[in-house]
Amino acid sequence: MLIDWFTIIAQALNFLILVWLLKRFLYKPILNAIDAREKKVADELADADAKEAEAKKEKEEFRRKNEEFDQQRAVLMNRAKEEVQAERQRLLEAARKEASDLRAKQQEALRNDKQNLNEAISRRAQQEVFAIARKVLKDLAGMSLEKRTVEVFARKLHELKGEEKEQLSSALSASSGSVLVSTAFELPQAQRDLVKKAIKEALDIEIQLRFETAPDLVNGIELTTDGQKVAWSIADYLTSLENSIDELLNERPRSEAKSESEPESDESESKIEHKTKMPAKPISDTSKPEEESTTKPESETKTQSDTKPAETKTQSDTKPESITE
Amino acid sequence: MRLSPDELIFWQYGFLKLNATIVYTWGLMLVMAIGSKIITCKLSSGLDRSRWQNILEIIVTGILKQIEDVGLDQPQKYLSFLGTLFLFIGMANLCIIIPGYEPPTGSLSTTAALALCVFVAVPLFGIEEQGVGNYLRSYTEPTVIMLPFNIISEISRTMALAVRLFGNIMSGSMIVAILLTITPFIFPIVMTALGLLTGMVQAYIFSVLATVYIAAATRTSKSRQKQKTGD
Repeated sequence: MLIDWFTIIAQALNFLILVWLLKRFLYKPILNAIDAREKKVADELADADAKEAEAKKEKEEFRRKNEEFDQQRAVLMNRAKEEVQAERQRLLEAARKEASDLRAKQQEALRNDKQNLNEAISRRAQQEVFAIARKVLKDLAGMSLEKRTVEVFARKLHELKGEEKEQLSSALSASSGSVLVSTAFELPQAQRDLVKKAIKEALDIEIQLRFETAPDLVNGIELTTDGQKVAWSIADYLTSLENSIDELLNERPRSEAKSESEPESDESESKIEHKTKMPAKPISDTSKPEEESTTKPESETKTQSDTKPAETKTQSDTKPESITE
Repeated sequence: MRLSPDELIFWQYGFLKLNATIVYTWGLMLVMAIGSKIITCKLSSGLDRSRWQNILEIIVTGILKQIEDVGLDQPQKYLSFLGTLFLFIGMANLCIIIPGYEPPTGSLSTTAALALCVFVAVPLFGIEEQGVGNYLRSYTEPTVIMLPFNIISEISRTMALAVRLFGNIMSGSMIVAILLTITPFIFPIVMTALGLLTGMVQAYIFSVLATVYIAAATRTSKSRQKQKTGD
């Protein structure tokens, strides 16, 4: 008999036991492991997908930010360029203004210097001219000149008219005591008498005269009473000339100041330039007569000094007259 | 000369006896259970796996794939039964390369026991799937007249399962034994190799047939429902 019933039952039981054992130890763990792995893989894939999506999003964000940044940079760049342009313009303007100011100041300083120099030169020339004139006349003064001087003084007294004459005569008559007559040199008696005679003839007054020598008079004669004075001297001419030149020199700076006080503008600047140039001519003009005046007496003195010993009164006579003229 | 390992009895007490079939079966059960236990106690769910785990995973997923291919929608549900059938028969047949071993599948008692298990399992799975009434009604398909023939076919295919496996394995063992007496060299080895092949083929055939039977028992109701919805 090939079939053993006990064995069949036992094998069936064995098989069932084996089914349970394998289910317990083989299928369940293996399937669980596979499921776990598949789940893990699926999770990882999902995670990767999520990360990829996130990365894409971030990339988009980054790109957007980049573009924004580029735009901002361009805007800032443009603004900076404009600012730089404006700043450059401003600085250029400031530099130009400063340069023009500086130039104006320099011109002003130059002008002042020139003016000062001119003034100094003219003052110095004036002083020199007068000093030389004084010296020459002093040197030339002598007895013959004294005589001539007295004669001229007498003629002058004769020439007095009207009011002046009355004033003088009244003053002389009113004066108590002697009347002072100052001369540069000691007058000889003849000259003194001539003076007395001249006064008497001219004014009809008999007065006591007192003679004094005053070297400051250069070459002249002076009659002094209380409050009245009749004088003739070369020094007077020199002083009057000095005064007139002083006036001329003082007038020039005044006119310059006037021109500078005018409002400044492009046109006015050119005007000022013209004006500043214009006064330069008068200055040179004024300086010319000075030079002439300085050179003239020199040449005259030279000729005079050369001719002095040889020549006679006529020359000395003509000279004061020429001056009076 | 023994036709079956049943005849080699180690111990007997009345009806109870301990023959070679039972002892070898226990040995196989022990090896399979302990081997599975050892391999699966350190399973990893990560990407790095031991090669033993890989082998087991290949086997298990292969069985699942086969069950699914036959037409069962939930292979995990039938994996324990059908997988154990295949593994037990396959292991029993592969072990013929061990000298002194006699395959338990070469005993008609073992194959009959397995066939009986299939014979019982098929209606159980069918009833679980579609209820007692529907399952029993499937025997009367397409007509009531077919009922006796269906029952006969149920019994006969069970017997066929048992006898087919027994005949193949027994014949293989017999051929090797006979060849050993005629030509002790080379030929028995070739026949043993052939026996390994036929053993694996028989294991496959047995489990696939069981799957087909179960599929037939569970699918009839669905096809019927489909036809109904189609109508």
